[in-house]
Amino acid sequence: MTEKKNPFSFQLDASDFLPADKEEKQGLVVMRQSVSFWRDGLRRFRKNKIAMVSLVVIILIMIFAFVMPSFYPYSYEQQIRGSENLAPMEYSAEELALIEQGIDVFPHILGTDSLGRDTMVRLMMGSRISLLVGIVASILVLLIGSIYGSVAGYFGGKVDMIMMRLVDIIYTVPDILIIILLMVTLKYPLQNLADTVPAFSWINTIGVGLICIFIVFALLYWVGMARIVRSQILTLKEQEFVTAAKALGAGHGRIIRKHLLTNCMGTLIVTTTLQIPSSIFTESFLSFIGIGVAAPMPSLGSMAAQAIGGITSYPYRLLAPAIMISLIILSFNLIGDGLRDAFDPKLKN
Amino acid sequence: MANYVIKRVLLAIVTLWLVATITFALMNMVPGGPFLAEKAPSEATLKALNEKYGLDQPLIVQYKNYMGKVLKGDMGPSLKQRGRTVNQIIANGFKVSARLGGLSVLLAILIGVPLGSVAALNRGKWIDNVIIVISTCGIAVPSFVVSTVLMMIFSVKLDLLPTYGLSSPLHYIMPVMALSFYPSSYITRLMRSSMLEVLGQDYMRTANAKGLSRFKMLFKHALRNAILPVVTYLGPLLAYTLTGSFVIEKIFTIPGLGNDFISSIVNRDYMLIMGTTIFLAALIIVMNLLVDIAYKLIDPRIKLK
Amino acid sequence: MSKTLLDIRNLRLSFFTPAGEVKALNDVSIKMEEGEVLGIVGESGSGKSVTAYSIMGLTAHPGKIVGGTIDFNGHRINDMTEEEMRKIRGNEVSIIFQDPMTSLNPVYTIGNQIMEVILLHTNKDKKEAYDRAVELLRLVGINEPEKRMKQYPHELSGGMRQRVMIAIALACEPKLLIADEPTTALDVTIQAQILELMIELKNKLGMSIIMITHDLGIVANMCQKIAVMYAGKIVEYGTTDEIFYNPKHEYTKGLLRSIPKLSDKDHKKLVPIEGTPVDMLNPPAGCPFAPRCESCMKICLSKMPPYTDITDSHYSACWLLQKEEFDQKGGRP
Repeated sequence: MTEKKNPFSFQLDASDFLPADKEEKQGLVVMRQSVSFWRDGLRRFRKNKIAMVSLVVIILIMIFAFVMPSFYPYSYEQQIRGSENLAPMEYSAEELALIEQGIDVFPHILGTDSLGRDTMVRLMMGSRISLLVGIVASILVLLIGSIYGSVAGYFGGKVDMIMMRLVDIIYTVPDILIIILLMVTLKYPLQNLADTVPAFSWINTIGVGLICIFIVFALLYWVGMARIVRSQILTLKEQEFVTAAKALGAGHGRIIRKHLLTNCMGTLIVTTTLQIPSSIFTESFLSFIGIGVAAPMPSLGSMAAQAIGGITSYPYRLLAPAIMISLIILSFNLIGDGLRDAFDPKLKN
Repeated sequence: MANYVIKRVLLAIVTLWLVATITFALMNMVPGGPFLAEKAPSEATLKALNEKYGLDQPLIVQYKNYMGKVLKGDMGPSLKQRGRTVNQIIANGFKVSARLGGLSVLLAILIGVPLGSVAALNRGKWIDNVIIVISTCGIAVPSFVVSTVLMMIFSVKLDLLPTYGLSSPLHYIMPVMALSFYPSSYITRLMRSSMLEVLGQDYMRTANAKGLSRFKMLFKHALRNAILPVVTYLGPLLAYTLTGSFVIEKIFTIPGLGNDFISSIVNRDYMLIMGTTIFLAALIIVMNLLVDIAYKLIDPRIKLK
Repeated sequence: MSKTLLDIRNLRLSFFTPAGEVKALNDVSIKMEEGEVLGIVGESGSGKSVTAYSIMGLTAHPGKIVGGTIDFNGHRINDMTEEEMRKIRGNEVSIIFQDPMTSLNPVYTIGNQIMEVILLHTNKDKKEAYDRAVELLRLVGINEPEKRMKQYPHELSGGMRQRVMIAIALACEPKLLIADEPTTALDVTIQAQILELMIELKNKLGMSIIMITHDLGIVANMCQKIAVMYAGKIVEYGTTDEIFYNPKHEYTKGLLRSIPKLSDKDHKKLVPIEGTPVDMLNPPAGCPFAPRCESCMKICLSKMPPYTDITDSHYSACWLLQKEEFDQKGGRP
């Protein structure tokens, strides 16, 4: 049953049997450092190559959309006579003439549309719209949803019940239908407001269509976030640190803000990040069917819609916004996935 | 169980009523009325038209009349497509959209479930990575992009498929593919993560310890559990398919309900807008309700609550 | 003369993970006769479950047997194909797991899950399988068995679910039943019932049992032989009496010391074993228990101790035993 080894084979001597001291034993013990939640999460995120690449892509696109148009020689609504329907890198007759005269004419890298507008700069503006909508809408959803959800979850009881009934109803309403209807009809009162009340004239600068989109999202899309926040709060509020805070005399607002919401930060960040591509998707969808930002402001969706007619002769006009929108949505999705993998403690291994 | 059903049905009714009322309110917020866009009608004609369609009555009366009619199933006449009732238009459009939508949902499930399972079973191997990549890209590409790209490749460059209408089986290929692209990718991812979770469960270990074959373990024990989240997704899937059809029908010029809805908005055909909105909303809400109830039936854990 | 049922010799098993090779089992040897009850005791990560799973070929990916042999009931387990293993699993050797809540498939009835294993390994038809399943439920002490057959796992309590697991495990009258911490997830009172049931069944059916646990209290009652495992090695092996009354390994002694006794009159402090378990990716060259051992000697840190026989049935791997022998021989190698 046992392998009785010959003690001779070990070449033992008396000193081997001396007791070992503490230092010798410590050397074999492996200790792991403890890390803070944020540092740990960020470290994991940085390790995720795909997510990091997507982050870089988004930053590049942001520069493309927000910074470059200021340095670009063309503007999005500028219609250049004689330069209609140019292919990428092609020059119109007038432009060629100018070059002959020694004047530099910046090439139309992606060509022009049927009204002589440079496609590249319109792509930049369209991307800007998409990114703006995505980020602003998500922030609105985050703010409204988390406040609503935390109030409902924290106070519980009747308050919670009534608030969640409302959420249930809004959740059940088919959002796209209502959004479309709202988009079509809100234009008028908003335009009215912008034209008549001077305090609201800024609406015209940003564009009624864009404001409409923001209002509509704010009205309907916060419910998902509210539900998530509420369930998190419900679990958290039973924990002891909340009782401790209350015992110390902290008021409701403080408890919600400082203790509860900070603990759901991880989930909040992930959900908000993933809301961005969803909002961008909806905006491009609306613009595609013709209910979005108004001309001449371009949107990636409306650019694609306009390009269908010329799909045989001018494929670039379709491919450019199509690729751009897919890239934006994909990158945000990957960043969101990466954040979720990095900050979700359950998946820690 | 009965309690749950009653609650959900009540919720559905309230929501539907809310949708109808909101739509009615919004319609009447648009200045100008439905007939202003047409070739400038004379005062008298305008008055006559308004009278004919009851548009000169105070709003509350219009509302009551309309709701009353709808409850009896009559959605009224179309304002712009003279001579046809809204019911007729919806019926025709729905036939087309239903076929398109039904095929897309079927395709999405037939692609998504097996693909997701294969990915989960081969976790970490190259096939899993390929499937993940394709499905991740798939959920990022909007349906109008897919449609237009498909059109470009198969109609313009290769001249294989038609782009207009639904008159032959060949006509169905691109629209169905375009409409099912996102759902297929979503279901693939969903199935994959669901299957991965199921495969790691203790009862799978028990099944293995019993000496069951891999086939039995997969199809009897794993699949039945893994498919539950996909069933839950059927509700939103339907909503997506219906609304996604707006785009698809526009691009491929298909005379479906989506097209009717969009053009009714553009044309300010109030009755048609109301009708299609209520119908579509009802469809989505009812389907969601049915799926939720079905889910509760399939999962024995919730049956007795 | 009872037959040797299980003979594991020098088993070495590693998990080839992305982080490296985790040497889970390091030269494990176990021999069991028919009708014997063996207890395997150790903390989490000691390798006790891995040993048991390897008997059934249930070693999880990416684990592989890298050395040694497993002979069970005339089969050379480590040489068998998956096909052949499936015929034995649930049939000649069964296992019940720790958590009865999650070990049963929630979407199928109890009856379905018991009949499944009967139909798989025997020639019985559906009716016969049904009858047998009902009989099994009665055997494991579940009342109203016909009613239970139609119920779902979530409708049963934890204790009842574990009884169902036992019924499934016994359905094909296995020679060996492996119980992997079967009562850890249950209430103490239910625990006692389940253990009693197992002893009763063992006596009735004459099968062997391997009881895996970290709870010495359980093995005291049930087992004839005990193997104490630490870091993938058996550090002490003996009869129950030998282990409890004459423990030789510091780890065993530590385990025995850390059991709080009701008889302790004065408020004795609980005595834990200091230190943390060993890193299996980079196991030390010497005795794995060395850093936590009170009597650690210099040689313990650098060389793995050999097995020393104490009696015919009792052996342990500890340099202290070698030291005894060394001293007896007058300090000369």
